[in-house]
Amino acid sequence: MNVLHYINLFFSDNTHWHGYDGIPTRLREHVQYSLIALAVAAAIGLPIGLLTGHTGRGGNTLSLIATAARALPSFGLLVLMFVLIGFGLVPVMIPLVVLAVPPILVTTYEAMRSVDPSPVDAARGMGMNETNILFQVELPVALPLILSGLRSAAIQIVSTATIAAYVSLGGLGRYIIDGLYQRNYEKVVGGATLVAGMALVTLALFWGIARLAVSPGVRRSN
Amino acid sequence: MIRIDSVTKRYPDGTVAVDRLSLDIPDRSITVLVGPSGCGKTTTLRMINRMVDLSEGTISLDGADITKQPVNTLRRSMGYVIQNAGLFQHRTIVDNIATVPRMLGWGKEKARARATELMERVGLDASLAKRYPYQLSGGQQQRVGVARALAADPPVLLMDEPFSAVDPVVRKGLQDELLRLQEELGKTIVFVTHDIDEAIKLGTMVAVLRTGGKLAQFAPPAELLSDPADAFVEDFLGADRGIRRLSFFSSAGLDLKTSPIVAVDSTAEQIAERTTPGVPYLLVTDLDGRPLGWSEPGALTAGAVDTARLLAYGRPFAAGKDSLRAALDGSVLSPTGWAVGVDDTGRVVGVVSQQAVGEAIRSAHAAVRPDTKAVG
Amino acid sequence: MNDWFRIPSDLQNSYFGLIGLHLREAVIPVLVGLVIALPIAQLCVRLRWLYPPVLWVTTVLYAIPSLAFFVVLIDYTGQTETTVMIPLGVYSLVVFVPAIVDGVRSVPQETLDAATAMGLGPVRRYLQVQLPIAVPAIIAGLRVATVSSISLVSVGMLIGNQGALGNLLNDGQVYHQPRLIWLSVITTAVLAIAVDAVLVAVRLLLTPWMPRGTRKARPAPAEPATEDAAR
Repeated sequence: MNVLHYINLFFSDNTHWHGYDGIPTRLREHVQYSLIALAVAAAIGLPIGLLTGHTGRGGNTLSLIATAARALPSFGLLVLMFVLIGFGLVPVMIPLVVLAVPPILVTTYEAMRSVDPSPVDAARGMGMNETNILFQVELPVALPLILSGLRSAAIQIVSTATIAAYVSLGGLGRYIIDGLYQRNYEKVVGGATLVAGMALVTLALFWGIARLAVSPGVRRSN
Repeated sequence: MIRIDSVTKRYPDGTVAVDRLSLDIPDRSITVLVGPSGCGKTTTLRMINRMVDLSEGTISLDGADITKQPVNTLRRSMGYVIQNAGLFQHRTIVDNIATVPRMLGWGKEKARARATELMERVGLDASLAKRYPYQLSGGQQQRVGVARALAADPPVLLMDEPFSAVDPVVRKGLQDELLRLQEELGKTIVFVTHDIDEAIKLGTMVAVLRTGGKLAQFAPPAELLSDPADAFVEDFLGADRGIRRLSFFSSAGLDLKTSPIVAVDSTAEQIAERTTPGVPYLLVTDLDGRPLGWSEPGALTAGAVDTARLLAYGRPFAAGKDSLRAALDGSVLSPTGWAVGVDDTGRVVGVVSQQAVGEAIRSAHAAVRPDTKAVG
Repeated sequence: MNDWFRIPSDLQNSYFGLIGLHLREAVIPVLVGLVIALPIAQLCVRLRWLYPPVLWVTTVLYAIPSLAFFVVLIDYTGQTETTVMIPLGVYSLVVFVPAIVDGVRSVPQETLDAATAMGLGPVRRYLQVQLPIAVPAIIAGLRVATVSSISLVSVGMLIGNQGALGNLLNDGQVYHQPRLIWLSVITTAVLAIAVDAVLVAVRLLLTPWMPRGTRKARPAPAEPATEDAAR
């Protein structure tokens, strides 16, 4: 059996590059799902993580919530949501967001906790208010770790967004699900390759963001 | 003036960190809080800028109770320097220093200009401006910390063991810099340390605290050394109290002999002429007037003195400027028992025997109170 | 009340039977993954240059959607439990290697030097000093890998009903019985939480030397960068 052979077949088939089932379309859909899920998860996880990390309170509760969220099976949740809510984007977003919030939340919290207390004390003594301390003193230093949590969540989302296809939505999962039912392994392997490729691109994107956003003073001293 | 009035700090678990402390911290001078661990010195300092809340008592700044002002206004009016500097690792040096001015609304250019000016003030090379903290040594980071505290020109400076984390050589340099800065700027400085020698060197007034947060003695350092209030203070001051106290007596009153000094190219007549009755040695100087060593007159070969056979002259003291302690030390270091007094350029001004220094010490004790600042 | 837990006969299993099956399908691959990860991690610790490429490979493997992985394996292992368990083993490997490497590396150099000075050779140092100190990090990895595994087993439902509790998801849709779907989701979640709690207890037992509570004086070994609940 030749995985590479299948990959070759898949990508060289011209029809795969056009139309509603073409690679560009599916890719675009997949990127859409992933971005929305990541944005929502970040909108939930970042503020809570930053705030609890800054004050230091609620670490235990955070742990519990993260564990509970992780325990919820994504696939099962998807089916449940689909049965309850029906067809649409929301039943897919819910399991993806539930999946992505724990790593963002926990990593952001720990990143903030691990910031050297000395500059924070100095900043307070200088008369900086708490908000400024959070954003100007703690966040820039915690940024590398926070980005790694976001990156981890992004990769998980990219990979799991394939389940959208199970409830008749698009995305790269379409190739995998269709390939399974049609016994077309070419499609399955092609789809998986595309997802893996997208994950690598995500890694590269985050590497670039880190280079831009992280201060040279923090990068080097790590 | 900062008035600390019957201040107590009690923690929920019952520990009393500061116990009914009352102090008046004078303006425009360095007041040092010193004591063993657990004596509440850092807690007291941090109560002044309300990093720690008072349990009882009041602290007032120029008559105004500090709890009656918005806390950030209070803090922005005081400089705060801590151990390990606490620099913002993600900002350049110049941006670190400009933090408070920017907070107060200064424009970027103005703040940066001020920062550059301060860098020079604290002895940092301008090339370091765009560097990041991780690229600086410990001593340099500490200087940045001081510059940062001075940026908005606050009247009060709070310093919490700022020099403890650097090695002794660097520490001495920073201490000297602080004294020089203080001479230029005249701030009201409250300085915390566990090192009694640092306290004596830097403080105009020294408050010795004992474990449990009680005040043991509040006095100028010379008085501390001459009259410790109790056994604890005496013990804390450590050994050689008397000799250390001599740092506060100036050598200005010493009667320096100028006769037993010859140049290296002296003729036999000059050597004979300079030999002083009652003084068994002659000090040989180079052609510039700088000391080379001692010798018995008889051992000198006129015109060609063998410098290798001269006796060590010890460490010269700055005549009139250094303390009696330096003069005594100089006389002890030379096997001849004589000390050499020099001027700013290092040229010999005169010499003095151990006996003469001893007499000067006795009369200084008998005279009015010694200077309150260590002479050297 | 018992009706709630009634399982359709086509699954040929009782409720507790399904739970047992699910646990088996989830836990065995994780343990196998751990056993394989230990030597790999040790190699990465010894040969520093090996670690980045290993991380790259594992990240790529991790990104492969579980379903695709399952499907590709059908050709080799058919529509059986094994098909589900192999990818789960690979994913847990991906979680363990960084966790173990970081855990072992978190041992302070002074501690190692002291051990060497006392005459402990490399193997003894690894077994008696580095591994025990790495236990919290390894257990953290175990928690993530196991919870993830438990979640992923359900996806096996798409491969000829090999998803244990996941199979209820299919039946629930086919027979229009939402109850079964709720049952599947809740049971799986509770199972995951229970296993997580057991692992926390194990960690407390194994590391009496660690301070209790969450007040961190220094950063705790970071959660493995790759975590997953299901794909």
